[in-house]
Amino acid sequence: MNFQSNTKTDFKVIGTRVPRPDGVDKVTGRALYGADYNVPGMQVGLILRSPHAHATIDSIDVSAAAALPGVKAVITSADLGIPEDEGLRDVQDNCLARGKVLYDGHAIAAVAAKDVATAKAALKLIKVEYTLLPHVTDVDEAMKLDAPVVQEARADESVPAGSGPNVTHFCEFGHGDLDAGFALAETIVERSFTTAATHQGYIEPHACLASYGNDGKADLWCTTQGQYFVRDLCSGILGIEGSQLRVTASEIGGGFGGKTTVFIEPVALALSRKAGRPVKIVMSRVDVFRATGPTVSSSMDVRIGMTKDGRITAAEAKLRYQGGAFPCGTVDMGAQAAFAAYDLQAVRTQGWNTLTNRPKEAAYRAPGAPMAIYAVESVVDELCQKLSLDPLDVRILNAADAGTKSSYGPTFDQIGLRATLDAAKAHAHYQAPLGENQGRGLSCGFWFNFGGNTSVSLAINADGTVGVTEGNPDIGGSRASISMMAAEELGIPYEKVRTIITDTSSLGQNDVTDGSRVTFAVGLATIKAARAAIQEMCGRVAKIWGIDADAVVWEDGCAKPSGPNAGDFEPMTLAEIAAISSETGGPIAGHHEVNAEGAGVSFGVHLADVEVDPETGSTRVLRYTVFQDAGKAVHPDYVEGQMQGGAVQGIGWALNEEYIYGEDGRLQNAGFLDYRIPVASDLPNIDTVILEIPNPGHPYGVRGVGETPIVPPLAALSNAVSRAIGVRLNALPMSPPKILKAVMSKD
Amino acid sequence: MKNIHVSTTLNGDEAEFVCAPEETLLDALRNRLGLSGAKEGCGTGDCGACTVEMDGRLVCACLVLGAEAQDAQIKTVEGMAIGEALHPLQQAFIDHAALQCGICTPGILVAAKNLLERNPDPTDTEIRYWLAGNLCRCTGYDKIIKAVQIAAADMRGA
Amino acid sequence: MEYMKPSTAAEASDILARNEGAARILGGGTDLLVHLRAGTMEPGMIVDIKHIPGISDITPEDGGLRIGAAVSGQRMGEHEGVKQMWPGVVEACELIGSTQIQGRCTMAGNLCNGGPAADSVPAMIAAGAVARIEGPDGARDCAVEEFVTGPGKTVLGKGEFVSSIFLPARPKGASDSYMRFIPRTEMDIAVASAGVNIELNSDGTIKSARVALGAVGPRVVLVPDAADAIIGSKLEDPAIAALVRACEAACNPIDDKRGTVEFRTTVAGVLAKRAARTAMTRAQENATGDKS
Repeated sequence: MNFQSNTKTDFKVIGTRVPRPDGVDKVTGRALYGADYNVPGMQVGLILRSPHAHATIDSIDVSAAAALPGVKAVITSADLGIPEDEGLRDVQDNCLARGKVLYDGHAIAAVAAKDVATAKAALKLIKVEYTLLPHVTDVDEAMKLDAPVVQEARADESVPAGSGPNVTHFCEFGHGDLDAGFALAETIVERSFTTAATHQGYIEPHACLASYGNDGKADLWCTTQGQYFVRDLCSGILGIEGSQLRVTASEIGGGFGGKTTVFIEPVALALSRKAGRPVKIVMSRVDVFRATGPTVSSSMDVRIGMTKDGRITAAEAKLRYQGGAFPCGTVDMGAQAAFAAYDLQAVRTQGWNTLTNRPKEAAYRAPGAPMAIYAVESVVDELCQKLSLDPLDVRILNAADAGTKSSYGPTFDQIGLRATLDAAKAHAHYQAPLGENQGRGLSCGFWFNFGGNTSVSLAINADGTVGVTEGNPDIGGSRASISMMAAEELGIPYEKVRTIITDTSSLGQNDVTDGSRVTFAVGLATIKAARAAIQEMCGRVAKIWGIDADAVVWEDGCAKPSGPNAGDFEPMTLAEIAAISSETGGPIAGHHEVNAEGAGVSFGVHLADVEVDPETGSTRVLRYTVFQDAGKAVHPDYVEGQMQGGAVQGIGWALNEEYIYGEDGRLQNAGFLDYRIPVASDLPNIDTVILEIPNPGHPYGVRGVGETPIVPPLAALSNAVSRAIGVRLNALPMSPPKILKAVMSKD
Repeated sequence: MKNIHVSTTLNGDEAEFVCAPEETLLDALRNRLGLSGAKEGCGTGDCGACTVEMDGRLVCACLVLGAEAQDAQIKTVEGMAIGEALHPLQQAFIDHAALQCGICTPGILVAAKNLLERNPDPTDTEIRYWLAGNLCRCTGYDKIIKAVQIAAADMRGA
Repeated sequence: MEYMKPSTAAEASDILARNEGAARILGGGTDLLVHLRAGTMEPGMIVDIKHIPGISDITPEDGGLRIGAAVSGQRMGEHEGVKQMWPGVVEACELIGSTQIQGRCTMAGNLCNGGPAADSVPAMIAAGAVARIEGPDGARDCAVEEFVTGPGKTVLGKGEFVSSIFLPARPKGASDSYMRFIPRTEMDIAVASAGVNIELNSDGTIKSARVALGAVGPRVVLVPDAADAIIGSKLEDPAIAALVRACEAACNPIDDKRGTVEFRTTVAGVLAKRAARTAMTRAQENATGDKS
């Protein structure tokens, strides 16, 4: 559906900075997150995890644990069936190992007991016999023909013959004649890059409370980005119908994609079923790092050819990703996103996914894109240096725009890349002088954004207030934005609208909160639901006035006659109509269900200034500016917040964050001490510039914004550091030992 | 195992609880005293989500034993608002979008309040270093620092 | 597990002796509780020393200062006397962890962990600090540079614990400095560190010096060659170069997730150089009474 012809521009509520509805609860400690919910009779659930990177489970003896006084249930994968669906089976096998343990931290068994001490003692009594197997954690090692085999026969039809046994997927995108393109280039740069796996680093560990009744009905309270998806996965794993399981999403303490699947929830439900009591499981931080869903790590080759005026004539990338011990499709998105910012005649990306003995990957803000775009933007920057060209001018010269056939197939409609590049060029940051040991870097960023299954219900209350019911956990302030869109459409003050997030027993399906989809898709559905309610209200008023329904229009929160010919009637406000609704036919509501399409892509550009201490390799970020196209910023504070938060995650990824595995295949830094996310003193202010190039696919022009900002920092910082020290770097993170080594290699 | 009976002062009120010797103050607040504002983000003192004030100093409640609360003055986020009136920091955080998911917010509010009581006019750098032990993954800290400055100005003016 | 609150040093010592191996001291708790949570320590008994008289006091003694074992880093940072006399020791303690950690952690506890990267230790060793140990036979003193015998190992015997740290008097024209390298700006364990203590002659040349390096070997190491390299100088380039060489030579670090051998060695020299310059500047201010 194309809203271009009727994209609104005269907004009353959209674009203002209203207070968020959950603010008071969160600043007073009243808000309830995953671990904050308690019920009578609750048992403590704990999970036993593998200390080995790869081993067969020869036997598990739980008898001593089950016999310990105070223990109510002990389970292993033997307590579950084996799902037929491959994807569901992988999820289940990740939650509780079946036959083999595939990574350090892989769950093997779980207990429910009356308190933590008893549960811990019970775990110690579980006897597991393992036969150790060779393991592999590095992506390139895992792709080899003679690599230890993580799982047999998991390759899909896309994998070319002759690939190593751990390669599960291959993809290819692009168009044009690469050889001809490279022949036109006056300079070609070909480089290889590696990035380490990172974790979303949400401060709230996974937590849930499961209550399985003897009648086969179950309740689950959990911190999640998608309660409907949790319901689908858990009901599938437990072999019950979806309607028998009600999942309620708590307030969520950060997700960023990492809470779009399940890890402990099926385990808690299975324990509760066996124990006949509610069971609460809260993950420890160590287990979050070892056994939830980090990103892929990557090894990549990029080759780009450029004329001396800066025109890219050909571009090619080979991306090798590992997504842990289960098949992972993230490389598809990386391969599609890699060159999305450019208008290219000849482009090709190829991607491979390989299995490793590492935890199962989960999404982390624009999954697959940050590493691929890091590699591409690094090579573009190197070409700019070699040819002594301004890096922004080169981006502008080659920028994708409306009508560009993208590197991944679709032709772009209106997009905001040129606007962000022009804004960066005009900004004071780009002109600010740099001192000794300082460097400036920039990078473009891109994300597709998604629509998806969405259901919204909107009730006009008899007192003239409005209740919006939606099904997507609020991870960035979306409840406020949804209320704002309802208020805008209905023409009433924001304060009259309350948006709540419901559990799975209400509404139709809602896809998870991801893909930057909520403000777009739930917003779109809310606007449609509001329009349905408006139509109903106009119909009621038409009856009261005795005129045709299409002679009544809605304006400024009132039903009005469409013109003098319709009749001379006093407008009726929403509150007036609502007050008499039971006499005019009954309660008034609107609803809308859709699998939303038309999500607009979001482009961004980041500028980063750094200073490097040449004697220690220590890097300080001096100045940082984020330029991004939001389509229409519904609540500018929250759009800025996404830009700043994503940028800082990217800064951490670029400078310090990484998963470190030892020779033994065990994770060495499973905690916030040695998994180093940015702290407040590491950073300057993050300045933001919001561009608004409306998305024709949304009534107000909204584009998703949450994911794009994590993409540019990787190359922006790498380019800045490389320029500061005069040596090109090609691996992330750029921790001080690596930088110092590069500095010393110059002499 | 010998349980311990602890008498303490919590947000100005006398409070008592019984806990196991190895239970932390965080466990006691959340499981014995019904206060879930302080959160466990790591259990190792690296994230600050469990920050409370103990005898006027900021501590990680996960690194204090429940038993050590005996005769101490403990203050948590639940004690910051007075009746209906939010503390200026709490109001500033809402007004200036200094929280997104909010999980780190109680710890940061308690920490910032302690700072402003010691130093009513801090620089941005001083605020950043004071809050270095409070991890936030959502905001990138920018709006948090700004909200603390706004609340500080408000409190100096009032 | 039991929690005990002895009210005298002798009582604490007695509990420790009778429960040898099964009892752990609780001071600030910022290390012990991490171990309890992780299950890497499972003591039968926790002995909270914070209720022993004097254990939280900072007392002038023989021109120096005696710092009780339960004095927190934050309290040290608030004490004008300690800050003026031993700024390097104070800044080292103030680098241990976050503001929240500072509210509880102690110099004595930091020492007793026996960690090679402990922040307070290079500064204490450079200062010539002395640990007072209480035990079944009364009190004894031990120079801090002899206290740690290996990673996680100390000279403490059965029933013994540290009750205070003595920072000696310091003459005019002397000062100290501590610097460490961490990847972020806060919150990390030191990858390399250096504590330098300098005393000046009346002509401004260095009369005596102590240089201690942390996180570059199994214990924090006092480097007499580094001190010799700068004695008699005003930290001109050749003296600095000799200091750096001596420090690098004294390094014997490991490769681990925090740093490589090469990195630690190089950076230790850089930190010693910078700490020496800062200590020198402070000593000069101290000599004339000028504070810039």
